[in-house]
Amino acid sequence: MIALIFDGVLAVTLVALAWRVLAAPDAFEAVVVFITLGLLMALAWGRLAAPDIALAEAAVGAGLTGVLLLDTLGALPHGSPPAQAAAHAEIRGRGWPARVATGLLATTLGAAVLSLEPRPSLLAGQVSAHLGQSGVSHPVTAVLLNFRGYDTWLELGVLLIAIIGVLALRGSTRLSGETLARPPAVLAWLIRVLTPLILMVAGYLLWLGKHAAGGAFQAGVVLGAAGVLLWLAGWHPVAREWLWKVLWVIGFLGFIAAGLGQLLAGANWLEYPPETAATFILCLELGAAISIGATLAGLFIALHFPPRENLSGGPNERRP
Amino acid sequence: MSGILNVLGIGLCLIGAGFFLAGTVGLLRFPDSLCRLHALTKADNLGLGFMVLGLAVESDSLAVAGKLALIWLLALLAGASACYLIARTTVHDPGGGPE
Amino acid sequence: MVGAPQHLPPLLMETFHLWLALFLLLNVVVGMTRIIRGPAAMDRMMAAQLFGTTGVAILLVLAEGVGAPALRNVAMVFALLAVLASVAFVRLHGLARGGERRDER
Repeated sequence: MIALIFDGVLAVTLVALAWRVLAAPDAFEAVVVFITLGLLMALAWGRLAAPDIALAEAAVGAGLTGVLLLDTLGALPHGSPPAQAAAHAEIRGRGWPARVATGLLATTLGAAVLSLEPRPSLLAGQVSAHLGQSGVSHPVTAVLLNFRGYDTWLELGVLLIAIIGVLALRGSTRLSGETLARPPAVLAWLIRVLTPLILMVAGYLLWLGKHAAGGAFQAGVVLGAAGVLLWLAGWHPVAREWLWKVLWVIGFLGFIAAGLGQLLAGANWLEYPPETAATFILCLELGAAISIGATLAGLFIALHFPPRENLSGGPNERRP
Repeated sequence: MSGILNVLGIGLCLIGAGFFLAGTVGLLRFPDSLCRLHALTKADNLGLGFMVLGLAVESDSLAVAGKLALIWLLALLAGASACYLIARTTVHDPGGGPE
Repeated sequence: MVGAPQHLPPLLMETFHLWLALFLLLNVVVGMTRIIRGPAAMDRMMAAQLFGTTGVAILLVLAEGVGAPALRNVAMVFALLAVLASVAFVRLHGLARGGERRDER
């Protein structure tokens, strides 16, 4: 009963926060509300017994996305508050068709979800049946890294495409030359103490994935957060240009190497022999975590600083 | 014996909850930004501290208690530094945000 | 120690923990008004920092009460990365108003 009250309060608060993100008159307030929304979303995932997603949401939704939005806020032109409020009012006045459509969609979705009968999932049984051959004892990791390893490989490819795209639009792959100003002493000390701790936690999460909620994605986003923290403090997370590129591709290439290796050994692409599956998964997870972390940190740095030399010669009005 | 531990744990958690309440009330009612900052650091340190102490007492294993203590230390570290940095921004920049 | 309970029933403990978690959640909900009102950006950022710590507390209480030890790891990641938003605020917010200048090395 009390659990229902807790979940109810959480659900209502989430909806209220989501409304406030859009309705806030001040953009900075909207960003802070969004960060809080990420916090409560992680709580909601915890209540839904999905600690893997809760871990990822805690790192990404409450941490990294907040940094990205705050950075974007700094790049927006600042109108005076009355002008902003007037612009908001005009948008609100003209938005009634969107509100009607959204209301209809929400009602339809709600009715559809409420009318579903809970059905036991057939896939969960199949996963448990084959868990012994997968090399790990946590079903989520088994699915992500073994049974559907192909999907994970292609997701790493998507991340690679994202960083390539951002760098292409930016016109330069040079990341290691740009930093923020020197940090205040307390910040420097904090980052010095925090970074080894974060690396340790990332390693712990990576190892944890074998038998509990954790794994490559969670470790990767924590690594990415470490990189972003280092950059925010004014240091280079990665000091060499070529090292950036190596870190970005290592996850994707790791899967290719595993797949080719298995093809040459006579098995199918990405089919691990059950005896050595655990080793395969650990190595692939290590590469994936490194790539995810380096890609996230690289995206932040690339998006913040325009390149010094603009190869395409196009407009470049990011900072005064 | 474990009954005593449970009651002790409940008591400590309640004290921690009291400090969290104090932090929230301070955040809402204090007249000045810097005063509010003062209030919330109490919730950070003492609120979480007593809560962690209570939960550690109730938990059955030393490993869990150790992890809880580590989490509290992390929160202390991060919270104290973050609050200092936020205050410093305001002192050097009294206008506040882009209002 | 005559009359001391041998072991409190687990249901009572779970109920207590859930009420505690609800109390902390209501703290967050009520504290949201500071984010909405708080005149300065600093007030809003402070409130977010407090909610981060409260979130850690909620997760730890739930982990103990409902028996979900994985939530302790979520709390650990929270505590570690909650500082990210505040650091970003301090370092990036000032840039828009002519604060910390960019360094070239």
